[in-house]
Amino acid sequence: MHPVIQVSGVRKTYGSNVAVDEVSFEVNDGEIFGLIGPNGAGKTTTMECIEGLRTPDRGAISVLGLDPFRDVYKLQNRIGVQLQQAQLQKRIKVWEAIDLWALLYGKQATDGERLLEQLGLADKRNAWFMTLSGGQKQRLFIALALINDPEVVFLDELTTGLDPQARRAIWDLVRGIRERGKTVFLTTHLMEEAERLCDRVAIIEHGRIIDIDRPQSLVNRHCPDRSVVLASDDPHAAERFRAIPQAETVTCSGTQITIRGRGDDLVTEVIQCISENRIRVTDFRTILPNLEDVFLKLTGHSIRD
Amino acid sequence: MLRGLWKLTWIELKIFLREPLGAIGTIVIPVLVFILVGRAIGPKLGPTANAANTFIGVGLPVLASILIAISAVLSLVTIISIYREGGILKRLRATPLRPHTILTAHVIVKLLLTAATLSLMVLAGKRYYPVGIHVRFVGFTIALLISTCSILSIGFLIASIVPTARFAQPIGAIIMYPMIAVSGLFAPIASLPPLLHAAAVIVPLTYAVSLLAGIWRGDPWSAHLGDVAALALVFFVCTALSAKVFRWE
Repeated sequence: MHPVIQVSGVRKTYGSNVAVDEVSFEVNDGEIFGLIGPNGAGKTTTMECIEGLRTPDRGAISVLGLDPFRDVYKLQNRIGVQLQQAQLQKRIKVWEAIDLWALLYGKQATDGERLLEQLGLADKRNAWFMTLSGGQKQRLFIALALINDPEVVFLDELTTGLDPQARRAIWDLVRGIRERGKTVFLTTHLMEEAERLCDRVAIIEHGRIIDIDRPQSLVNRHCPDRSVVLASDDPHAAERFRAIPQAETVTCSGTQITIRGRGDDLVTEVIQCISENRIRVTDFRTILPNLEDVFLKLTGHSIRD
Repeated sequence: MLRGLWKLTWIELKIFLREPLGAIGTIVIPVLVFILVGRAIGPKLGPTANAANTFIGVGLPVLASILIAISAVLSLVTIISIYREGGILKRLRATPLRPHTILTAHVIVKLLLTAATLSLMVLAGKRYYPVGIHVRFVGFTIALLISTCSILSIGFLIASIVPTARFAQPIGAIIMYPMIAVSGLFAPIASLPPLLHAAAVIVPLTYAVSLLAGIWRGDPWSAHLGDVAALALVFFVCTALSAKVFRWE
């Protein structure tokens, strides 16, 4: 694995407002890398510096070995971008946009038609942009981002404002992009999206990167707590569970018993305990921490605040 | 540099014609008004109106041309600012399209529409207005093209920096319309008070009016080389400046 994007010590200010501060990370070939954080954390600024749309005040960026600012035209031919809040002409037809983009990147119009097919937009090819739904617009923007067969694809807040169904459909498309051997760099403020989609994520807040790793590794590192919640009318159950070495607290409320502890083995040990003591259980579920909890732990507030 | 220009121009032309009132507002209504006014007053003018120096004989055609050119500028400024505000320019920026390609495409669309409007007016004018039949149409068309490009380049500059669509139209109008007042169309420049006289010298429209009126009257081109040079200077300065200050968002 070699990095296709290298960012080191990047800083960008707007007036006295520091949007991005000392940001450094690498994105490897063929992975889906997510920059996650709340709105205003500096995600888009970071991404647009990498795309060559903004110039950082300080720091170095290399994309596919190119300097995004000096070699912006060369770079444009090798990357595909989907921008946050971008629009097209209201009355441009889907096929006209595809046709124009294909020409701009020196591709055949048939490549564009094939993309429309793959993205489920073939029956919308004669529709005006303004008549498309949010999900259809995003799929069109993905098509435009892919038209030059780019090596790296940038997706900025791709599913914001979409309903859950459209969101899932888009996630499948993004996984499809990775399967074609391309690198995907995306930003999102949706932790579920990051967890389901990204191979690695960088958590950014107030323009600084707090931590970078695989989502599961971040969870294990920062939030090792696990809980098992079960229901049992066995009067000795709570006592038995307290004997489990990894169980730190066991609390009862009516027939519901909550066992809290740390480490991956907690769940197995609870199950073993149930089986060995033949405890009759009428309900059983685990509460595992996720990226949302990691974010809360690292920043002291929820990503939605 | 101009990759995609023709395709973008063609698409933008189609998009414009898809606008409600797009073609009707730009072409049909001006020509219709022209014809109606012509039917009403044309017969009263009689052959005496051929006198080359009356307002009807020279001023009106020049004014009409300039108004149409200015409305093209205002429309250009508005469209670009809508594109900027709506994030369309931002999306186009992340492609190999350059700002001048986008502006040029819009200018060509405007020139085509302006040409269509004026050609229809000339045809209608031949039928209803007993003036200007002696006019050299090719010469006047070239003079009009030079003037329009020059006026449009001022539009380039406004379009490059005006922040929102809401301001685009008024700002454009505030800059463009007062130029007509001092351009020598209504009062000879020499008769203006010193301050307005100075303004007239600076304002590019003065040279457009001088050129258009001169060619309409039948002056030789050699008498208007200064006007052409001034208009060319405005065009190159404004175009170069607009590339420097062009704002994508």
